[in-house]
Amino acid sequence: MPSTDTTQMSPAQPVPQPPSGGTSGNGAVDYSTNLEWSLRERIVQVLLGACALLTIGTTLGIVGILLYESFSFFLSVGIFDFLLGTEWRFAGVEPSFGVLPLVAGTMLITVIAALVGLPLGLGAAIYISQYASRPARKVLKPALEVLAGVPTVVYGYFALTFVSGVIIQGIDPSLPPLNALSAGLVVGVMIIPMVASVSEDALRAVPSSLSDGAYALGATKIEVVMKVVVPAALSGIIASFILAISRAIGETMIVAIAAGATANLTVNPLESIQTMTGFIVQVAKGDIDQGTLSYQSLFAVGLLLYIITLGMNLLATWLTRRFQEQY
Amino acid sequence: MPSTDTLFNQRIDSRRRRGKVMAGVLFVCTILGLVVLATLIVDVVLTGAPWLSREFITGFPRSTAEASGIWPAIIGSLYLMLVVAAVAVPLGVGAALYLEEYARDNWLARLIQININNLAGVPSVVYGILGLGVFVYLFGFGNSLLAAGLTLSLLVLPIIVISSQEAIRSIPQGVRESAYALGATRSQVIWSHVLPIAMPGILTGVILSLSRAVGETAPLVLVGAALAINFTPAHLLDEFTAIPMLIFQWTEEPGVAFRELAAAAIIVLLAFLILTNLTAILLRNYLEQERSA
Repeated sequence: MPSTDTTQMSPAQPVPQPPSGGTSGNGAVDYSTNLEWSLRERIVQVLLGACALLTIGTTLGIVGILLYESFSFFLSVGIFDFLLGTEWRFAGVEPSFGVLPLVAGTMLITVIAALVGLPLGLGAAIYISQYASRPARKVLKPALEVLAGVPTVVYGYFALTFVSGVIIQGIDPSLPPLNALSAGLVVGVMIIPMVASVSEDALRAVPSSLSDGAYALGATKIEVVMKVVVPAALSGIIASFILAISRAIGETMIVAIAAGATANLTVNPLESIQTMTGFIVQVAKGDIDQGTLSYQSLFAVGLLLYIITLGMNLLATWLTRRFQEQY
Repeated sequence: MPSTDTLFNQRIDSRRRRGKVMAGVLFVCTILGLVVLATLIVDVVLTGAPWLSREFITGFPRSTAEASGIWPAIIGSLYLMLVVAAVAVPLGVGAALYLEEYARDNWLARLIQININNLAGVPSVVYGILGLGVFVYLFGFGNSLLAAGLTLSLLVLPIIVISSQEAIRSIPQGVRESAYALGATRSQVIWSHVLPIAMPGILTGVILSLSRAVGETAPLVLVGAALAINFTPAHLLDEFTAIPMLIFQWTEEPGVAFRELAAAAIIVLLAFLILTNLTAILLRNYLEQERSA
């Protein structure tokens, strides 16, 4: 008999009760009814599939709400006035919505953070993957992960009270307590673990035949690491840099607490500035009424932030994928 | 042959010395972040510890630092954790099971996977905007525990999905095949084999994401968590506050006393996080022993 039903295990046997889910351990389950496409199986698959689809729904929700409110905003404020304007005053009698001061503030924080976090993170990745002994690695890796687990509001407190209050004002008490430098430095520390863990994966993926070859030619360890291993892992390292920069751009509480609330078109790290994220928090902290221009401006700035970070994350994913195909 | 020395420095001693110096520099890079962490903890503990008292833990936020406590924030943070656990865990594990056990390698599965990876990189403040626009206003939940809990659930969902996927993927295919060979269906294989074996990995991811949710501040500011309230939330649509919110408010408050109070609140928050992470480690060890026994 050319059976088309391969899932039917035993001879046809009328068993009315539904399968009991395999929970019975005494062999009483009759598997003959456990057809692959029974109603129960379909329900499970549909439910699990719905969970997976919900993640798409999250993205649609984010994009939808950002576009919807931004659209109303751009009906009152021209899109070029927004993108190219150099004055940001969201309150007062004569509001002005030129986003460049906020973008400049974000860039300033990001550059300071990158100067601190990228070299330290890469150095840590090289040390942990190439130099540390196995027990040392077992201590150092989780310790760096703790650094990533500290809530950002705690970093914000530390940036304001210690980095700015004790160190920077200890050097020169006339400097403003809220400044881009203290926030940027702490954001830099915050991104170290991210750079370190992604770079370390890339460094470990370099085949040992490459370094063995270099040793055979008489290179010293540091020469092998710096001239062979690091260049071979470069695309992964760059991906980690991009991810970390994207994280720094989106970082909110540290800058909201320590960088100030002055939309300020400056490159001086010792001045009080405001970032895109800092503005969003400042508006949200006050009572905002739905439908007002300042409420809508929050979504317009959020949209810009989302586009920038999404672009950088996609770039990093693309780079990682390219690098994985190499070996 | 004098021409070869242009290719590399032949003095091996100086090259080795340079290597040793560089190794030292790399070690300092690794340690520096940890030094900052240690400084932070010492600074917070020295500043905040004198403020820790029974009255501080069980009291309510007041207009003076001396009379203030964080009880409603502790309760608020615990409730938030419960909402996130109830919403994000089933959804996240379900999505991971679908992607690993059901999805074929087609465009939809790839789209979902890429989308989850991107969601993990969306700044938390953007999730806050989503919560404000959708949960607070569109769904009309207001500045409530529910709106904040759902926002944080969406925030940690990608973390739960990715860590659960890794746990599920690490199960050898033979485990599933042996169950199928005995006539089990997909859902039975999942329920009796995949989930129990992946449980330690899944739980670790879940608890890490819960501690992430407890420390998040920006989304709470966006959905309008109260800064100081003198009651504990009674139901899901009640106003609430959370420990990070009080840290934020007290840090911004003028005057030294409130800043020191913020440090005390940070100690409570960090203790909370250490406790959850410790639970994760112990639970994972226990489950792994259980399995090997």
